[in-house]
Amino acid sequence: MAIPRIRFDQITKSYGSLRVIDGLSLDIAKGEFISLLGPSGSGKTTLLMILAGFESATGGGVWLDGKRIDHLPPYRRDMGVVFQNYALFPHMTVADNIAFPLQMRGVRKAEIAERVKRALDMVQLGAMSERYPAQLSGGQQQRIALARALVFEPAVVLMDEPLGALDKQLREQMQLDIRKLHMRLGLTVVFVTHDQSEALTMSDRIAVFNKGIIEQIGTPREIYDHPATRFVAEFIGETNLIEGTVERVEADMATVRLAGGSEIRVQAGTAATTSAKVLVSVRPERIHLGPDAGERGNALRSTVVDSVYQGDHLRVQLDDGAHGFIVRSDRRTAEWPQGAAVVASFQPEDCWVIAS
Amino acid sequence: MSEVSFRQRVGALALVAPLALFIALFFVWPLVTVLKESVSDATVSHALPTMVDAAADWNRQSPPTAAMKAALVTDLRGIEDQQLFGDLVRRLNSAQAGFRTLLPKTRTAVDKSRETTAPEAVDLEEIDKRWSNPAYWQAIAGTLSPFTDQHLLAAVDLSRDGTGAIVALGADESANLTILLRTFWVSALVTLVCLAIGLPYAMLAAAMTGWRRQLLLGAVLLPLWTSLLVRTASWYILLQDNGLVNDALQSLGLTDAPLRLIFNRVGVVIAMAHILLPFMVLPIYSVLITIPKTLMPAAASLGAHPLLAFLRVLLPLSLRGVASGALLVFMAAIGYYITPALIGGAQDQMISSVIAFYATGSANWGMAAALGIVLLAATLLLYMVYGWLSSDKTARA
Amino acid sequence: MKKRSVMLLSGAIMALAAAIAPGAASARDLTVVSWGGNYQDAQREIYFKPFAAQTGKPVLDEAWDGGIGILQAKIKAGNPNWDAVQVEAEELALGCNDGLFEEIDWDKLGGRDSFLDSAVSDCGVGAIVWSTAIAYDGDKLKEGPQSWADFWDTKKFPGKRALRKGPKYTLEFALLADGVPVKEVYDVLATPEGVDRAFRKLDELKPNLVWWEAGAQPLQLLASGEVAFTSVYNGRITGINRSEGKNFKIVWPGSIYAVDSWVILKGAENKDAAMDFIAFASKPENQSKLPQYIAYGLPVKAAAAAVTPELQADLPTAPANLEHALALDVDFWIDNAEALTQRFNAWLAR
Repeated sequence: MAIPRIRFDQITKSYGSLRVIDGLSLDIAKGEFISLLGPSGSGKTTLLMILAGFESATGGGVWLDGKRIDHLPPYRRDMGVVFQNYALFPHMTVADNIAFPLQMRGVRKAEIAERVKRALDMVQLGAMSERYPAQLSGGQQQRIALARALVFEPAVVLMDEPLGALDKQLREQMQLDIRKLHMRLGLTVVFVTHDQSEALTMSDRIAVFNKGIIEQIGTPREIYDHPATRFVAEFIGETNLIEGTVERVEADMATVRLAGGSEIRVQAGTAATTSAKVLVSVRPERIHLGPDAGERGNALRSTVVDSVYQGDHLRVQLDDGAHGFIVRSDRRTAEWPQGAAVVASFQPEDCWVIAS
Repeated sequence: MSEVSFRQRVGALALVAPLALFIALFFVWPLVTVLKESVSDATVSHALPTMVDAAADWNRQSPPTAAMKAALVTDLRGIEDQQLFGDLVRRLNSAQAGFRTLLPKTRTAVDKSRETTAPEAVDLEEIDKRWSNPAYWQAIAGTLSPFTDQHLLAAVDLSRDGTGAIVALGADESANLTILLRTFWVSALVTLVCLAIGLPYAMLAAAMTGWRRQLLLGAVLLPLWTSLLVRTASWYILLQDNGLVNDALQSLGLTDAPLRLIFNRVGVVIAMAHILLPFMVLPIYSVLITIPKTLMPAAASLGAHPLLAFLRVLLPLSLRGVASGALLVFMAAIGYYITPALIGGAQDQMISSVIAFYATGSANWGMAAALGIVLLAATLLLYMVYGWLSSDKTARA
Repeated sequence: MKKRSVMLLSGAIMALAAAIAPGAASARDLTVVSWGGNYQDAQREIYFKPFAAQTGKPVLDEAWDGGIGILQAKIKAGNPNWDAVQVEAEELALGCNDGLFEEIDWDKLGGRDSFLDSAVSDCGVGAIVWSTAIAYDGDKLKEGPQSWADFWDTKKFPGKRALRKGPKYTLEFALLADGVPVKEVYDVLATPEGVDRAFRKLDELKPNLVWWEAGAQPLQLLASGEVAFTSVYNGRITGINRSEGKNFKIVWPGSIYAVDSWVILKGAENKDAAMDFIAFASKPENQSKLPQYIAYGLPVKAAAAAVTPELQADLPTAPANLEHALALDVDFWIDNAEALTQRFNAWLAR
């Protein structure tokens, strides 16, 4: 493997007795879009600050293209940072804001004008160049902040919850725009967010943070479909976690006896060893409701506790006597009145085993 | 409909009425009266009402007319208010020395003959032969107008000569302009010193959190809680030749002989800067804490050295606070006189001490008001320059 | 009646303050105003407290720093809040001329003849005779200056000198230093040439001069060694010598003495009580106690005679001290204070 663009090696960060990052190592490849995802206080923003140079690690090292950069002050690290509150300079015009990093690098005036124009066109705000930040909308300000962080072609672009302050529609639009820019320019992006759907939408890889360590790192598909821990399974999307004991393991499949006595067949992950207490994760949208199990391997007879209409789907709460389930049911199927008996069925391939 | 809006308007007016009354009573009225006082010269015309008509068409060259003499006698007999007479004597004496003795003497004489002699029959020159000197009559005629520019002219070292032309007073005679300019210069120095100390201090305070910030702000506020006189007196003790500062410098071996820190400009600037520092620190601080904390990291991430980031980002953004702080300090410094009087030397007296002399020392309210007006005008001019300089910035914010 | 808006304004503010002040409706107690400091402490002991005890009514005392403008403003505003005030000779003359003071009932005071001539006026009663003189620290200088010429002699006596800021006293001292005899000082000063001469003499000393304004300052300057000599109010020197064990010396030749007087403000609410108070303070048995506290001369002849010889030696009125002393010419300063102050400021600013 080529030299990673960024390497974190055994990073530790403590504030007094409080350990925020605990021996964390991570490689980020050139051109990769990686999201640092986790709840607040999990250490993701601190790691970004260490990378940008605003914080220094208590232990461990940071490399950029094979060169150690721990000792470099932020202004010599060649990283474009986009802040949650945009951090545009209020006393400068949009054009001056974007020109700022170029001026700091001693770029010639004529070239600055040219590159500012290109950067503005890139975020489709060419007409706004003489305005002041206060005269722009939140979304426009974020685009300017993006343009400013990109205009000097940094080795890495760091984004600290950049879309947190935008409304939902604008946020989704910006997600796509950033994603497009990333692909077009081949940017290396480190993106901090606590929004799992944002991370799933945008990332090449996601690192899920919890209490100062990375719980799991992988592609969005791996993270979603094969969560390594209960924390990841619960933090990424919604899932049903059913307690059980592994009866037997056969090649890549296993049989799990549930607390209620019924047995289901599941994919055998690393956690599935005979007699192990496990949790079985089944995503709500993978469960089918009907009068019978049909072709699907697993079936649980249940009663409808509640059913809520949510536009694109019905959210149905079930109880099989031992467990509660959440099901996202296709809304074209029949209504499920409260108290109705129903069979919840799902494929063994949609069941993932996590150590309990 | 219109009645409703009328009633609403009256209601709104009633709400702001206390404010309007306050401004009128404590701001507009004093200002107007001071302005009036500086140009008003109604003493003589008030005390000698018939003289005003009698002297109206006198050419001021020929001997005084009989009508004027009679008017003087009539008026002197008519004055009952002793305070008014005192004002009259003082006013006339300031125009022509000698009235202090001449007028009381004349008044006593004409009062005595009140029953026996008609005003036209009184021979003033027999009472005192100075009445034959036209200079005294000219002085009376010259002060009959209820308004005068004499005080305003004198406040800027000008006066009118015998023919009414405006002439500059010699450097030996008056130094109001010099003192006025010095007042502005000392205030500017104090403002600069406050800025040099206050800006970094406010930045430090804004960068701190918790008890450290409280401590820094408390330290700068502390001078505001002690009386001006006490603060000035403590500088007096600290700065003198055998004071704490010189003792410390000498025992540290930094200087051999005591530094001259008191009775000169250095002492005045030190003491005034200390007293006025809060007025610089607080406005800057209040602006600084509104600046988003991410701007400096943002500038750093964009490649700006901390010094450049300061110059390009933090300094321009704190200018609003700097400007209002500088204005506050400057305006307050202009009015100082206790501190320069106690700590300063002869070359450091400010215009307020001159105003105080005229107001309390010699009860010359006109002159005190005129100097105040000149000071106010100069200050307003500076304020307009400030407004003009800062207008383009505020427009965009 | 002439209306001075400034006075009206201060009147309005005072009325407002009076309206706000608690108990403003009740009558004000007799208010006596003097110069503060240890002088007023002494007055409190020998005049204010005994008088209050005798009448059974409280006496309020306040301190002020002088200024005819302050009295004028109070009186023109109507109903002044001070009754008896101690004033300098200039304020007495100006105020008397302007009708700011009540007339004195000399019968209550034992007649005009029982006072020194300079202490008698239609609207003021002499309270003390005090001097402005050279002072130096006897512990630092064995051979002190003998005259104003010595004061000016920076070769013989190196170091800074302090004078009260203002033309009054300063110009007289300059002429004395320039060799003008005591008797002729005001004749010379009354001519333009004489004023020029005084300022020329001041020019010589200007680099070595420090200016003081408040009466306590020269003591501080002397005590700290900041200056070698200073002009000073004589009462302060004996006071600090007694209270702090200093050895400050006064040079009596060339000193200028003046009389401070009690006056009653025109229209004062307690003017009768004020008159009684002044009479009380002018009784020989009361006034003769003053030199025990502070070395000011006594204008009541019988009181002066009752002072012990040791105390007498420190007073400006002691014959030996008066011999080469100069009486302040109040009329001269009334006529010329403004013009000479303006010129003095101009000279300072040069």
